[in-house]
Amino acid sequence: MITLFRKPKPGAAPRRLTLHILRCNPADPASKPYLQAFELEEAEGMTLFIALNEIRATQDPSLQFDFVCRAGICGSCAMLVDGRPALACRTLTRDYGSDITLAPLPFFELIGDLSVNTGKWMRGTAERLQTWIAQSEAVDLDALEARMEPALAEAIYELDRCIECGCCIAGCGTAQMKENFVGAVGLNKIARFRLDPRDTRSDADFYELIGDDDGVFGCMSLLGCHDLCPKELPLQTQIAFLRRKMAVEGWR
Amino acid sequence: MDIIHSDVLVIGGGLAGLRAGLAAKKRGQQVIILSLVPPKRSHSAAAQGGMQASLANALKGAGDNEDVHFEDTVRGSDWGCDQEVARMFTHVAPKAVRELAAWGVPWNRVEAGERTVIIDGKPVTLEESADAHGLITARDFGGTRKWRTCYVADGTGHAMLYAVSDQTVAEGIPVHERREAVALIHNGERCHGAIVRNLIDGKLSAYVAKATCIATGGFGRLYQATTNAVINEGIGAAIALDSGVVPLANMEAIQFHPTAIFPAGILVTEGCRGDGGLLRDVDGHRFMPDYEPEKKELASRDVVSRRMEAHIKAGKGASNRFGQHLWLDITLLGADHINHKLREVKEICQYFLGIDPAKQWIPVRPAQHYSMGGIRTDAHGAARGLKGLFACGEAACWDLHGFNRLGGNSVAETVVSGMIVGSAIADFCASPDGELTVSTALIRQCFERAQAEFSAIANHHGQESASLLLREMQATMTAQVGIVRHGEALTAAVNTLQDLLLRSRDLGLSGRRGGADPELTLAWRLQKMLRLALCVSYGALQRTESRGAHFREDYPQRNDADWLKRTLASWPDAGQTLPTLNYEPVDIARMELPPGWRGYGRRDAIEHPLTASRQAEVDATRAALAGSDRHAVQAALMPFRHLLPAHLRGNNARLGENA
Repeated sequence: MITLFRKPKPGAAPRRLTLHILRCNPADPASKPYLQAFELEEAEGMTLFIALNEIRATQDPSLQFDFVCRAGICGSCAMLVDGRPALACRTLTRDYGSDITLAPLPFFELIGDLSVNTGKWMRGTAERLQTWIAQSEAVDLDALEARMEPALAEAIYELDRCIECGCCIAGCGTAQMKENFVGAVGLNKIARFRLDPRDTRSDADFYELIGDDDGVFGCMSLLGCHDLCPKELPLQTQIAFLRRKMAVEGWR
Repeated sequence: MDIIHSDVLVIGGGLAGLRAGLAAKKRGQQVIILSLVPPKRSHSAAAQGGMQASLANALKGAGDNEDVHFEDTVRGSDWGCDQEVARMFTHVAPKAVRELAAWGVPWNRVEAGERTVIIDGKPVTLEESADAHGLITARDFGGTRKWRTCYVADGTGHAMLYAVSDQTVAEGIPVHERREAVALIHNGERCHGAIVRNLIDGKLSAYVAKATCIATGGFGRLYQATTNAVINEGIGAAIALDSGVVPLANMEAIQFHPTAIFPAGILVTEGCRGDGGLLRDVDGHRFMPDYEPEKKELASRDVVSRRMEAHIKAGKGASNRFGQHLWLDITLLGADHINHKLREVKEICQYFLGIDPAKQWIPVRPAQHYSMGGIRTDAHGAARGLKGLFACGEAACWDLHGFNRLGGNSVAETVVSGMIVGSAIADFCASPDGELTVSTALIRQCFERAQAEFSAIANHHGQESASLLLREMQATMTAQVGIVRHGEALTAAVNTLQDLLLRSRDLGLSGRRGGADPELTLAWRLQKMLRLALCVSYGALQRTESRGAHFREDYPQRNDADWLKRTLASWPDAGQTLPTLNYEPVDIARMELPPGWRGYGRRDAIEHPLTASRQAEVDATRAALAGSDRHAVQAALMPFRHLLPAHLRGNNARLGENA
C-alpha cells in the first residue's frame, strides 16, 4: 500500500521526467518492439494518467494506452511501472525517480503500446469458470428479498471488489508457465460464489471447474498476486482455503 | 463489407445496455451488445453511494413507499420530469433491487439492535427492529425524505455492474468489445442497425438488426472539470443527432456534483454527506445550514452545488495552488465507518490526495457529473424520429430526471429502464413493425458514407489540431456553460463553439498509422462532441429561466408560465452550425403532483396559469377518495401501470404491506 508520499520541497524547480515507453504496433507487420523516451515537466499531483495524456496530446498522438475511470476503480489501465504491475491512473510520478519505464502487462494479447486485451481473457475465464450466481428458481420480484446476515454480505463484498485489472495474472509465476491457468482472479471468483448462499453449487461442482493443475492445484504459492492486487484482496488466504476444500473434495 | 445480423443491437455495455439486452434475450431475441471497453469497465462502475428504491426496511426508511419516492423525484426534477415515467420508475425500482439481490449483489443489510449514526453533525442512537434483520438496508441521500438509498459500501455500481454482466455471460450474450458505433443505418424513417468501427484494427462493419438500442451513457467529457470517465463523450447521442431526424431533449440540463475532489474531479460519493459528512469553508465553518436551514448538506445536488459556488464567490473558499475549493469533512464518521462503508472514498483520498479522510478534510468543488438530457424517447424507450431505434439510461431523455436528478436515481434508472425498455424492444421485434426489410443498397450507402467520413479526415492535411480544439471546447463549457449561467457568457460560448466547429473541418493529423489510430479516432469524434456542446449551450442560452440545474443569473426564477417545456434539439442539415430547437410542453393537466415549491432552494417560481386548476382537481380527487387504498387514489390521479410490461405491474411487498 502506498501511504508515504514524497512531498516536493516548497519552491523547488519542477523535475524533468523521462518516460521510457515500450512501443509496438501489431497492426503494422513491420513494427518491432522498442523503448521510446518522452520527456516532460512534472506537475504537482501528476499521475501517469495525466503524464501519458499530455504526451499523447503534445508529443505523439499515436501512443496507445487504456484509461476509463481514471480513479482506480475500473481496472483498465494496469501496466508495468518500472517492471511492476500497477494501476497507472493512480500512480503518482512523485513516488518514482525521474526515469520511469512503462511496458504493457505481460501474458495478455497486445493491442498496441501499453494497451492489452484483458477484457477478452476475462470473458473467456468467466465462461470457463461459470462465474455467475447459479440458481434454479425464478425470482419473485414482488416479494420481500431473501434475508442475509449483514456480516456475510460484507464478506461477499470483500471478494466482490476484484476489478479484473489483470495485475495478479501479470505478476503470477504459474501463469507464465501454464497458459491455461485461471489465476488469482479466477480462483477468487470461485471463492466469492462459493461463499454466497444464493449460489446453489456444491464443492463437487466447483471441483469440476478448478480441481486440476489449471485451477487451484496449479498455484505454486509464489503469491505475487497477493502482493500486487490493487484492491488488496485477501488472495493468499482465499487460494489456500479453496485448495484445502478442493483437496477434501478430490479425496471423496 | 462485413454484415453482422442480430434481432437486437445494443450499443453500450454499461448497466442500462446490459440490462436491456438481458431483458430482450430472456424473451427469445438474439442480442449483440457493443461496448467501447470491456463491459465491466463501464462508467456504471463509478456509481458509489447507492441506488434508490423504497424498500422501507431500515428504521429511517419507515413509512417510505413509491408515493414518497415519486414526490421526491418530481420535486428534485424541479417539475421538469415526465411524471408518468417517474411513477413507472419508482414502482419498478424495488423489483430491480430485489432482482439484483438474487443475482448476487451483496447489498448491505439491516442489523437488528442499536447503532450510532451521525445526523446533523451529532451522534444519534437508532434501534433497528428485529423484524427487519437481514433485509436490505438504506442510507440517507440528498433531496429525499426517507433513507432510501440501497448500497454496497461505496462500490454499489461496481457490484451491480458485475452481477448484471455475469448474467449476460450466463445467458451467452455476445459482447463485442472495443467497438464504436459511428453511424446509424437508417432511411430517415426506420433504423436498421449501425455502422461500427473496431477500435483495435480500425475496420468498419455493418451490424444489421430489427431493433437498435443506444445506451452509451452521458457526455461529461464535453467539460474540462467532470467526474465522468474518459469514455463518456456522448457519441451514442451524437450519432442519433446526426440522423437529422432524432431530437435530443433538454441538453442544457447538466448536473454538477457538489463533491468532486479538487482539482482532479474524481467523485466522492454523496453517501459521505448522507452518512453525516459536513461541508466547511475556509474558516472551518459549516455553511450549508445558513443557506438551507431545513435540508442543509442534503438539499438536492443542484442547490448544494450552487450554494457552494456562491459561498466561494463570497470569499469563503479555501485555496491551494490550483484555485479555490471548499472542504468535505467526514472525520466525524470515524475510521471504522470509513473503513467499512466508505472504503473507495478512503482509497481515492489516499492515492490521489495523500490524505486520510478519517483525519483530514477533503478538498472538493462541484464538477460536471450527469446529463439529464439525451435521446428523446417515449415511456417505452422508443426514440422519437426513427422506428426501431430505442434508448435507455443516461444516453436517453426518458425523462425521469427533468432538470435535476436525485442522487441514487440514475444507477437505479439504468436497471429499471433496462428492464422496461428491453421488454418493449422484445415486443417490437415480435410485432409486424419489427420485421427487417432493409436493402443491401441502403446498408452499403451508410457504410460508404461512414468510410468517407474517416478518409476525409485522414486525407485532409489541414491546419488544426484535434486535441487543441477539444481542450478549447472543454474549457469553454466549464467556464461559460457551468453551474451559474448568464446570457452574455452563453452567447460568447455559442460563438466560440461555432467557430471551433468550423475550424474542426480543417484538421490535420500528424501521420498515418495502421490499426485504429487514436489520433484519427479523436479527430473523428471532435465534430460530434462540438455539435453536442452546441446543443447544450444554445439550449441554455434560449432557456431564459432557472430550473433545477439550469441556473441563469439573469433569469433567476423558475418560469412555469413560459418554460414548463422540454427543449428538443435536432440537426437536420450537417452544414448547420447551430441546432434547430423546438419545444414540447410538459403537460400540467396530467400531473399527479402539480408544480409548487421543492422544499429547498428558491421559492419564487412564476406560476403557470393551469397550475391552480390542476391542483384543485387533484385536491378534489384526493378528498373524494379519502380513506381509500393509496394505490386506488394514485390510479385515479394519473394511471401508469398500463405503460409497464405485465410482469412488472404487481404491488411491491414491504414489512407490513403485502408481505
